[in-house]
Amino acid sequence: MEIKREDIFHLADLSNFSVSEAQAELLRGDLQSIIKYISELDNLNTDGVEPTYQVFEMENVWRNDEIKEQEANREDLLKLTKEEFDNQIKVPKVL
Amino acid sequence: MKTANRTITATRLVQDALDKAEHFKDYNIFTYLDKEGALKRAAEIDERIARGEKVGRLAGVPFAAKNNFLVKGCPTTASAHILEEYAAPLTATSVQKLLDEDAVLIGLTNCDAFAHGSSTENSYFGVTLNSHDRERVAGGSSGGSAVAVALDVVEFTTGSDTGGSIRQPASFNGIYGLKPTYGTVSRYGVVAMASSLDCIGFFTKTPEDMELLMEIAAGRDDKDMTTLPDYFVESEVKPVKKIGVIKDFDNDVINADIRNALKEKCEFLKSKGYEIVELDMPTLKYALAAYYIIQPAEVTSNLSRYDGVRYGFRSKETTDLASLYSKTRDEGFMPENKRRIMIGNFVLSSGFYDAYFLKAAKARTLIINEYENAFKQCDFILTPVSPNPAFKIGEKVDDPVSMYLEDLMSVSLNLAGVPGLAIPAGQNAAGLPLGLQIVGPRRSDKSLIAFAKEIVNE
Repeated sequence: MEIKREDIFHLADLSNFSVSEAQAELLRGDLQSIIKYISELDNLNTDGVEPTYQVFEMENVWRNDEIKEQEANREDLLKLTKEEFDNQIKVPKVL
Repeated sequence: MKTANRTITATRLVQDALDKAEHFKDYNIFTYLDKEGALKRAAEIDERIARGEKVGRLAGVPFAAKNNFLVKGCPTTASAHILEEYAAPLTATSVQKLLDEDAVLIGLTNCDAFAHGSSTENSYFGVTLNSHDRERVAGGSSGGSAVAVALDVVEFTTGSDTGGSIRQPASFNGIYGLKPTYGTVSRYGVVAMASSLDCIGFFTKTPEDMELLMEIAAGRDDKDMTTLPDYFVESEVKPVKKIGVIKDFDNDVINADIRNALKEKCEFLKSKGYEIVELDMPTLKYALAAYYIIQPAEVTSNLSRYDGVRYGFRSKETTDLASLYSKTRDEGFMPENKRRIMIGNFVLSSGFYDAYFLKAAKARTLIINEYENAFKQCDFILTPVSPNPAFKIGEKVDDPVSMYLEDLMSVSLNLAGVPGLAIPAGQNAAGLPLGLQIVGPRRSDKSLIAFAKEIVNE
């Protein structure tokens, strides 16, 4: 399939990053060739085959619903953010 | 590996490693060195040895972790701009187990940003040079870890392998690299790339070292619910008789020197009494396409957490919350990160999900079946790790598909969850290392290492 410039802007939107006009053209070429390559899978017959999403052999691994000791405390974690106010993370206005 | 004792002190081992790190500075192996901390820990171990106290199995052994392993207080950035200034608030389980055995961490090694790449050229900190040829790539994504061991800076390093990121750089630098069975070593505290494929492993100079590290690092971890029960230590080494080689891979796609190395190894195995079995594995050629659908899909999900709010880089060009997200992600991700996130969103998006993601998940089933059938005919499979030895810096970095093709023979193991051990297999005429991998069924890791010992000690 052909990837158009508007597809790049749509995918950038889904990906939550802004893309400049110059970037979009580069990405279009790259994504076009990647999609062409992965489309080779069309040649593989998968009729009647069940999908596999993970290879871990166990299911439903539970733990007791108890709070375990945490290595990182609130202060450590708040130190990682750029702006903090009154023990909360500060961001620009939402709307 | 050399451990510290009363005559060879931990301080001396660690100082040697730090001196070598300085000597090989041009190779750009490390993104962070903790000289002071490492020497302090070494001195503590020496004091305990002097007092006659019991020390761990890795007493005073210097090592380094790939820059996607969290080590409390260290700047684990996954070599990505978007995690700049991040100081890890906790330590990865795998690293903690090594520290508990008194190994000494000297620093973090360079890698492709978020482990996206096969050459360590996608790092925010620049490229790492190959240990045997400074004009060539180290391989990737764990390039720094491979070069650190190949140049003998440290005894061992950690790595992560989502599609070949341990085995390929190991083979590009002539050392051992293990991608264990999925779930063998805890992923807790390692920056997630593609969760159903990510495996934690090591780079070493010998299979003996690999065995020791796996004994220490493997096992169930309550902090990673996908870890397997402690099978590694308990499992027995099974006798090996039949070695499979895959017919389809013996073709023009593979560099002639690597094909020869495989042939020579097979001749050697025959002379040792092993039987060589030819395998038909026609689905494996689709593994790369399936991988470059499944992996970006999981990457998209795992990388959605980087938004500049809670940690890491935050763009200054923001007017509101939406622009904080999009500007931070635009400025913070490397081009290859963006390509993978966008491809992931493409294969998962409505209208394309069935044709791409679901199709790839079905192909994954067929690949698993193909491995299961193969292991009915042989004990282990011997294949190349990559189609070519180390390529030139800059040769493939602007052509994503040609870079992806370097992963042709490594990705199917991650899709199937089976272990693979990269072993050195000589050098080509230009002096570049060649590598092969031994592939086994799930949970055969211990036997794989034992077999590697057997075929190396010629």
